[in-house]
Amino acid sequence: MTPPPGGARRMFKIDQNLFDIGRMDTLATGGTPLHRLDPRAKLITTLAFIVAVVSFDKYTLSALIPFFVFPLVMIAGGGLPFAYLLRKVLVVAPFALFVGAFNPLLDREILFRLGGLGISGGWVSYLSILIRFGLTVTAALTLIALTGFNTVCLGLEKLAVPRPFVIQLLFLYRYIFVLTDEAARLVRARSLRVFEASGLGFKPFVSMVGHLLLRTLDRAQRVHLAMRCRGFEGQMPVLRPTHFGLPEVRHIALWVPLFVLMRVYNLPIKLGLWITGFFA
Amino acid sequence: MHMADALISPAVGGTMWAATAGLIAYSSRKVKQELDDRKVPLMGVLGAFIFAAQMINFTIPGTGSSGHLGGGMILAILLGPHAAFLTMASILTVQALFFADGGLLALGCNIFNLGFFPCFVAYPLIFKRLVEGRDGQGRIFAGSLAAAIVGLQLGAFGVVLETLFSGVSELPFGTFVLMMQPIHLAIGIVEGLVTAAVVGFVWKARPELVTAAASPAAGRGSLRTVLVALGIVAVLTGGALSWFASANPDGLEWAMFKTSGSEALARPEKGVHASLEKIQEKTAFMPDYGLKTEGGDAQAETEAHSPWPAVSPGTSLAGLVGGILTLLLAGLIGFGLKRRANHTK
Repeated sequence: MTPPPGGARRMFKIDQNLFDIGRMDTLATGGTPLHRLDPRAKLITTLAFIVAVVSFDKYTLSALIPFFVFPLVMIAGGGLPFAYLLRKVLVVAPFALFVGAFNPLLDREILFRLGGLGISGGWVSYLSILIRFGLTVTAALTLIALTGFNTVCLGLEKLAVPRPFVIQLLFLYRYIFVLTDEAARLVRARSLRVFEASGLGFKPFVSMVGHLLLRTLDRAQRVHLAMRCRGFEGQMPVLRPTHFGLPEVRHIALWVPLFVLMRVYNLPIKLGLWITGFFA
Repeated sequence: MHMADALISPAVGGTMWAATAGLIAYSSRKVKQELDDRKVPLMGVLGAFIFAAQMINFTIPGTGSSGHLGGGMILAILLGPHAAFLTMASILTVQALFFADGGLLALGCNIFNLGFFPCFVAYPLIFKRLVEGRDGQGRIFAGSLAAAIVGLQLGAFGVVLETLFSGVSELPFGTFVLMMQPIHLAIGIVEGLVTAAVVGFVWKARPELVTAAASPAAGRGSLRTVLVALGIVAVLTGGALSWFASANPDGLEWAMFKTSGSEALARPEKGVHASLEKIQEKTAFMPDYGLKTEGGDAQAETEAHSPWPAVSPGTSLAGLVGGILTLLLAGLIGFGLKRRANHTK
């Protein structure tokens, strides 16, 4: 068996990416109470969560732990696949991991000791960055997996985001699938004809992208004509009617004060002191 | 070069969100005023094109790495600054939500770095100046190349400044700048070449698309308005967020104090020295600092030396125990809900 040529591997990546977007949308069609909440409630709680998490001092570790309750409850309550989301978090880590990795090298002040081992401030703050990263990324992913992109956009519009921007988001999302399909077809057609030559040279690359762009511009024209024919008025229909009622108020009233509480009091330390108090 | 939530403080994230929101509102109004409803689908479809085109890679000779088309500059050339900014913002929003590139709080920073600089600075000041009135293959090529490089350099510098003011990362300003700018110069040259080549390709096939964007009428005088608007936004958010920064010493002020102090810069030079010293110190004092011995002197000494006064071995043990227990508790709650959800299905 010879390894697959570069073209085939790249194709696999494209299909994987498409599949990923599609899968997130499939998850959003679930029917749990969390799915049914008005998107505004979920947007507000998620933002409050992220602000609370990143507002901690850079050496914070233990006080961040209770915040895991929010993404975990969202995942469990929404019936989302935990392993899949975890894999997604791990795949997208690079920048934070990279920049954070300098902390242990640059901040060598010993903060505390466990047994004989001195833990430097850099390691603590690096670990803190990783925890924040895990928390904020899972929160964003659960938001989209519980709500779906079109509904998030609807929520944004109701939260007074300018209409042209919301329409732009909806259009973009609609055509990502179409155009990535088209790009994938181009790449596939080429890789079927070049056999083992894996890399793509600059000139053919420019011509491929250029043609894709020309096709895109023609498509935009056709879409515009079709819109005119149907009397588009800047409103995208959504299947799920939204309503800001009691469940939404309850959702916000449950979570936001909890975030404040967890931000102000270090619950794990209190719990730990209480427990170690028994053995002292 | 996406910023991540984990690296920024709320003050920086909030300020950049406010600036970006202002720019989005401003650009939306401009796009609406143009009353060119052909642009509505064009923006959406071109945004999707940027996504799709990033899946086609070419091999950079001799390096083994690959390059692809960057977004901001080609959009600015084809759509003009306002529509391009909205399109770039929408692309980054989708990336933040689906691929968790960056994050929600860092979204403002990312839109600003990758949208504002190419669309409102590099495009009007470089591309338009070079191409305006006298289009031709050479000028369009040079204009797109230079504008793409400058746009990316400014964006990379934005990342450095935002990271610095957030104060989460320990990287000193000088090191970070020296790391980011050359890397992004290389990336910018590749991206600029690709942009220039693709724009040249389109210009040969459909010249009216490129020349329309480069015409003197498009986007004239937009920069001054934008800068004035930005100034207002900056003053407003500065005022609104200052209560936050002062209530929290770990916010903006703290970061500024920290980075302006010279000790942060001096430390890396004697890194080996410092670490050797630390090892020595550690081995010498080990028995005194053990967990079990809670002798009053050692305790006092740790607290005096510690840069973070709240930490003592006792509380860090408590933090560890409590942290693990809380994590277990959170997991149990999640597990219980999952069981219930499965039951009711």
